[in-house]
Formats: sequence, structure tokens, C-alpha cells
Amino acid sequence: MTGKMAIVGDGDSIMVFKAAGVAAFPAENEKKARETLRKIAKEYQIIFLTEEFARPLSEFLKRFDEEPYPVILSIPSATGSSGYGMEILKSAMERALGVDILFNRE
Amino acid sequence: MARLNVNPTRMELKKLKARLSTAVRGHKLLKDKSDEMVRRFTEIIKENKRLREEVEKELALTLKQFSIARSVTPAYRAETAFSMPSLLVKLDCSTESVMGIDVPKVELIKEQRADGLPYAYAEITSEADYSVGMVSALLPKMVMLAKTEKAVRMLADEIERNKRRVNALEYVMIPQLEETIKYIKDKLDENERAAVVRLMKVKSKA
Repeated sequence: MTGKMAIVGDGDSIMVFKAAGVAAFPAENEKKARETLRKIAKEYQIIFLTEEFARPLSEFLKRFDEEPYPVILSIPSATGSSGYGMEILKSAMERALGVDILFNRE
Repeated sequence: MARLNVNPTRMELKKLKARLSTAVRGHKLLKDKSDEMVRRFTEIIKENKRLREEVEKELALTLKQFSIARSVTPAYRAETAFSMPSLLVKLDCSTESVMGIDVPKVELIKEQRADGLPYAYAEITSEADYSVGMVSALLPKMVMLAKTEKAVRMLADEIERNKRRVNALEYVMIPQLEETIKYIKDKLDENERAAVVRLMKVKSKA
């Protein structure tokens, strides 16, 4: 099965992805991002979502964890990483193992 | 622990014993499954962490590079150059099974244009070329990250669910069955003793 990639985010961060061949969907706010995701979830297999939208929409994004596709990945935007990706990892690890095996240095 | 509401008969005893042995076997299997899932999970999550660190670092660099490119190009020209509908990157999607869970398996299909850029060189500065090249180079890694992160999340959910099942068997189902079996046995023994005593009494009167 061939699939497609998309990115949802604010204009500045996604433009360069568009040039690299990823379908870009600009979204100004959470509500718009949520609507866009709902629309494109069936069509695109990998969707990158910038962190400032991924964080408030984390509840909404949980429903996509049941099925293998689409894969929604939060990525840092032009303003830099807020550590949200690591937070997701950490929460998954705590849920599954109950102990911290990755970040124990901190 | 509450015992089950059944009649203390030999039939029920037999049924319950069968259920108990199934429950014990199921518990053992699920526990083994849980151990193996945790082992896989630790492997995948380590990989995931490494990839995420790399991607975040490189992406930050790329975006910085791109903002420089944007700042030295007039906005309208950047707009036209970058919003050209270039070729879309294609993916090869399938699923693979990790401990019975279908996780995504994705490969990037390379369809490179000669220069790999969606615009003419004359249109825009070299900084932009550079950042677009960087993103293209980063994409395979991002796809890998997307795949592993999804696997981590799905596996975490499954481990949690499996843990519930193991605990339900270990702390509810099995003790309940054991207690009920013991109750029925006691009751049957008691009945037997009563029968013996009754017989003895009848005999001694005669």
C-alpha cells in the first residue's frame, strides 16, 4: 500500500516541508488544526503535527493510537522544542513499566 | 473474597476444577506474554528516545537555516517558490506484528528529481536550497521516528491492558474459584459424615 505524508502547523514551520514534498496544511489555531486532522486522517498515513497543536490536542490524538494508521507525530516547530515529545515517551514508559529507565539521570 | 454462588454438588465441583485449571494456565501464559512485551518495549523505547533526540536536534537546525533563508528572500518570492506543488513524497505502508499487535511499518519511496528541488535555482538563494536539502535528508529519519513512536504508544496501551488481565486472574478469578472449590468440598465431606453418623445411629437402635 502506498501512502502519503502531510504536515499540519503554522505557516513558517511547514513551508520548508512543502518544498521537500510533504503535503502542507496550515492551521492558525487548535480548532483549525483539529478540523484539518479529522479531514485528512483517512487520506494520509503519516501526519506531522507541530508541538504547539499537539500539546492541547493530546486527548484528541489518543483516539488515533488504537489503529496502526494514521501515525501522528509531534515535531518541534520553528520556535524550538518544548520537550513535548519526550513527555509522551515518558508517560508511555510510566504507564507500561511503572519505572523510569530512560531519564533517570535527571 | 466472596465465593461464587453455586450449589455444592459434585457436578459443580468438577466444573469449577476445570475452570480453575484453565484460569491458572491462562494466567501463566498472560504473564509470560507480559514479560516478553516489556522486554520488547524497553528495546523500542530506547530506540525511540535516540531517534527523537536526533530528529529534534536536526530539525531545529533545519528550521533555523530555513528562517535565515526566508529572511534574505522577499516574502512574495519565497511564497511562490515554496508553494509550488512539487512532487509528493510517497510511502510504502504495511503493518508488522509485535507480540500480536499490528504496528505500522513504513518505508520512504525515493523519487528524486535531478536536483531535488521544486524550484529553479535562479528563483531563490542558496540558503533555501540548503534547508530544503536538509529536510529531504531528515525525512527518512522522521518516518522512522513516527513508526517507532506509534509502536511505543500501542505497545504501552497493550501492556497496560494485559497487566489488568493478569491481575484480574491472579487476585480475583483464581482466589474466588479456589474458595468456592474448598466450600463445596467441605460441604460434601460434611454431608458424608452426616450420612455415616446417621447410619451408625440407625444400626445401634436396631
